[in-house]
Amino acid sequence: MLNSSFDAIVPMMCVGAGALVIMLAEAWRDRDERMPLGVLALIALAASGVGLALLWNRNATSFGVIVADNFGVFVSLVLVAVGVLTVLFSSQVIERDGLPAGEYYALLLFSIVGMMMMAMANDLLVVFIALEILSLGVYVLTGIRRDRPAGTEAAFKYFLLGAFSSAFFLYGIAFTYGVTGSTRLDRVGAFLAARSMDDNPLVLLALGLLLVGFAFKVSAVPFHMWTPDAYEGAPAVVTGFMSTAVKAAAFASFARVFLSAFEPFSADWIPVVWTVAAATMIVGTVVGVAQTNLKRMLAYSSIAHAGYLLVGMVAANQIGKAAILFYLLAYAITNLAAFGVVALIGTRERANDELQDYAGLWHSHPALAALMTVSLLSLGGLPPTAGFIGKWYVFSAAVSAGYYGLAIIGVLTSVISVFFYLRIVVMMYMADRTAAAPPPVSRAGMAALTAAIVVILYLGILPTQVLDLAAASIATIF
Amino acid sequence: MGFLTLTVALPIAGALLLLVIGNADGRRDAAIRWIALGVSVVVFAVTLIVWAKFDAAADGMQFVERRPWIPAFGISYYVGIDGISLLLVVLTAFLTPIALLSSWGSVERKVKEFSIFILLLEAGMTGVFVSLDLFLFYVFWDAMLIPMYFLIGIWGYDQRIYAAIKFMLYTMAGSVLMLVAILGLAYLHSAANGVYSFDLLRLYELEIAPQTQFWFFLAFALAFAIKVPLFPFHTWLPDAHVQAPTAGSVILAGVLLKMGTYGLIRFAFPLFPEAATYFAPYLALLAVIGIIYGALVAMVQPDMKKLVAYSSVSHLGFVVLGICAMNVQGMEGAVYQMLAHGVSTGGLFLVVGMLSDRRHTRLISEFGGLKNVMPRLTAGFLLITLASIGLPGLNGFVGEFLIMLGAFRWDPRFAIGAGLGVILSAVYMLWMFQRVYYGPVTNEKNAALPDLQPREWTALAPLVAVAVFMGVFPSVFLKPMEPAVQAVVQRLQSVQSLTVEGERRMELLSPSSSK
Repeated sequence: MLNSSFDAIVPMMCVGAGALVIMLAEAWRDRDERMPLGVLALIALAASGVGLALLWNRNATSFGVIVADNFGVFVSLVLVAVGVLTVLFSSQVIERDGLPAGEYYALLLFSIVGMMMMAMANDLLVVFIALEILSLGVYVLTGIRRDRPAGTEAAFKYFLLGAFSSAFFLYGIAFTYGVTGSTRLDRVGAFLAARSMDDNPLVLLALGLLLVGFAFKVSAVPFHMWTPDAYEGAPAVVTGFMSTAVKAAAFASFARVFLSAFEPFSADWIPVVWTVAAATMIVGTVVGVAQTNLKRMLAYSSIAHAGYLLVGMVAANQIGKAAILFYLLAYAITNLAAFGVVALIGTRERANDELQDYAGLWHSHPALAALMTVSLLSLGGLPPTAGFIGKWYVFSAAVSAGYYGLAIIGVLTSVISVFFYLRIVVMMYMADRTAAAPPPVSRAGMAALTAAIVVILYLGILPTQVLDLAAASIATIF
Repeated sequence: MGFLTLTVALPIAGALLLLVIGNADGRRDAAIRWIALGVSVVVFAVTLIVWAKFDAAADGMQFVERRPWIPAFGISYYVGIDGISLLLVVLTAFLTPIALLSSWGSVERKVKEFSIFILLLEAGMTGVFVSLDLFLFYVFWDAMLIPMYFLIGIWGYDQRIYAAIKFMLYTMAGSVLMLVAILGLAYLHSAANGVYSFDLLRLYELEIAPQTQFWFFLAFALAFAIKVPLFPFHTWLPDAHVQAPTAGSVILAGVLLKMGTYGLIRFAFPLFPEAATYFAPYLALLAVIGIIYGALVAMVQPDMKKLVAYSSVSHLGFVVLGICAMNVQGMEGAVYQMLAHGVSTGGLFLVVGMLSDRRHTRLISEFGGLKNVMPRLTAGFLLITLASIGLPGLNGFVGEFLIMLGAFRWDPRFAIGAGLGVILSAVYMLWMFQRVYYGPVTNEKNAALPDLQPREWTALAPLVAVAVFMGVFPSVFLKPMEPAVQAVVQRLQSVQSLTVEGERRMELLSPSSSK
């Protein structure tokens, strides 16, 4: 039966319409005319945010395949927040690096459309389409600085490996359809739950292929190889966007597929995800220690954070599911703030993203250094920040499900990760300035950073409300 | 807002106030110093009011405040004090103004940030001592590392960055395992009672299987042993103490180390009494090794600050020994020694800092005959030294005596080992004192050193006064802590009496004996 309500897709239509307007505006722009395209993007995102807020608790469904349940709405709101912060950071970067503003904002918004769709998709084929929409936008954004060979190389690598993973994913869908006769998640779940198919190799094959596809997108070990290269080559502001929004969307869908449709097979996939989670946390932090380029370091740190999110998946209980949501929010805001700082202190000629470039930042940009420190402490999981509450939540999920080993690996790797976050702090506060001072930071960028830090501290000190929201978000679907 | 919240919130408010004061070119340094000092003195006054209102005869927690914080997980903002924590809170508030004063002569760079970090540190330390919710406790416990890290890393001596990172990672590595154990406790509570809880007093009542106690105790004990630091987890301490600025060393030695021993008394032992009974001899053995090892290493140090740092390893060994004795004398002695060590070692670092401010070196060989040049400083230092050695009539004696008494009642072998440490401490302290202060002035640079300045008087005099007062009137301090110590000991002994069999159970479960 086809539910023809359009309610559930209104938020993504807002963003999509914004993207189209920006494209058209760019097409009609005179050569030297300056257009407030960033403001247009912000308006589109704000409209989408309002739409999402109105959808809360409504469980709206469009065409049976897009479900705006609270889970999807929560993740989409995270995406809107990420989008707003990214746009605010971008204005300075676009002007500085001479990026094509129209294309940039349009691609950004289109990929957000794909992400929202992915977070709300209730059908494997729609998940796939959403995945492609978001990926294409991000591939292009990665290489948007055409004067930089590194960017082009990163985009190309990312594209090739992404295409591979899409193929895996598509095969997984095909096998799922072959076994169950449907691609709708609710029907797949009902089918699998009704029949005992423990030994059906086709289901396990489908499961494995889907897992590989998701693992690529969330950059879990051993499918993380593309991440450091892509993150380092892309402009820092795009990297910030990729490392948070793509991960949020992919995790939302990952959780939806594995914790609802394939829940009957959890005994089969949990040991695998356990191993992947442990490997991801360990590799991400241990290799991160050896990095001297900030973007690469943060790339490995984001791999490690994917590992912590996977811990929530492994726990697979109510706490774990809510923990994934809270962690996604905390991580997205924190990581974006860190990349925001990296993006804002670069210049057109020099990215200023080596560890050495941060020497003595405290003396030239005290506020920026303080904001960076808070976000690094949050990434390291120290109280009183969002990162601490996120980690505490994820690990309590693991402990309550009896996975003490995973929790111990998690806390020990976070201590190791603190080591490399502290190296940046050491540089900023305890080393003397060696290079030229980075340029001043735009007002929009500073406002976005300050807002992000306020959210980080708010989530760290008074997390109750958002924790309750996260808990309410999972109540409706799982 | 209750008194305890006030003692935590006031320093934070002071730090926020300093944060908004513009001081780009350092022209408001003087005002900032006075504001920070003023705030810390007010906090000290508040803690004295708390002490005055404290009912020394009553059992249980006082000044309790409780507000829900994360209700879904049974986490609340839950603070309260008994006699043990009361005295440690007062100690914290007493040492902070002294630390701030000590920095007036030595910290000239980034005074605003320095003062902010000291105030935040004070809030964090006080928070640790007043928390009755394990989650809240952990938040303060971990958050407090951040200001200390910056204090060592920015205002420390040459090797400061290495020392700061080592301090941070070492302490964190221990405490994260404790976090897992805390989560495990909350989960056990929910398995038994249907709801999560981080409430310490409710977790005390939880029945925990010996096997679980074994692991959880190890996780807690490791976190606290690193903080104390117990041999062989002490290697961060000499680095951190030596590299930290004087104010940092005073607080590190005076308060931070006590967080470890306090954690043993408040959390590790009473939460897991059976495991504590099982592990106590091993901990005591490490403590005695630490007492002797610390003293021997202190004896050969050429650097005064390092000598004092190693003497802390030795003195804290006494505290742990007293706790492990698990009787009233030992436990009271341990708490008393914590206070006494805070005062006297704080004083030692202060005086060493004064010498180092004057000469920019801390090597014993650079000094000699200082008595002739600065008689007042010498007198102050002598009193503090004697207090640290444990001369009767001064603060160190009471604690050490009680600990030895407790240890002797428990197992004389430990008491004998510790007694050796008492003798050694006299050797290394007096030998250092002799080389620095007596004899002729051998180094010309020392000939014209100024004696105590008025500001230094204000910092040192209270410490000396308290050291004498604690030695002469120990009951002022012993009385309020008595009901609290009794409660802990009773809890431990009630288990002990029925664990002749329990001990055997523990042994069966420990991994070394399982096949």
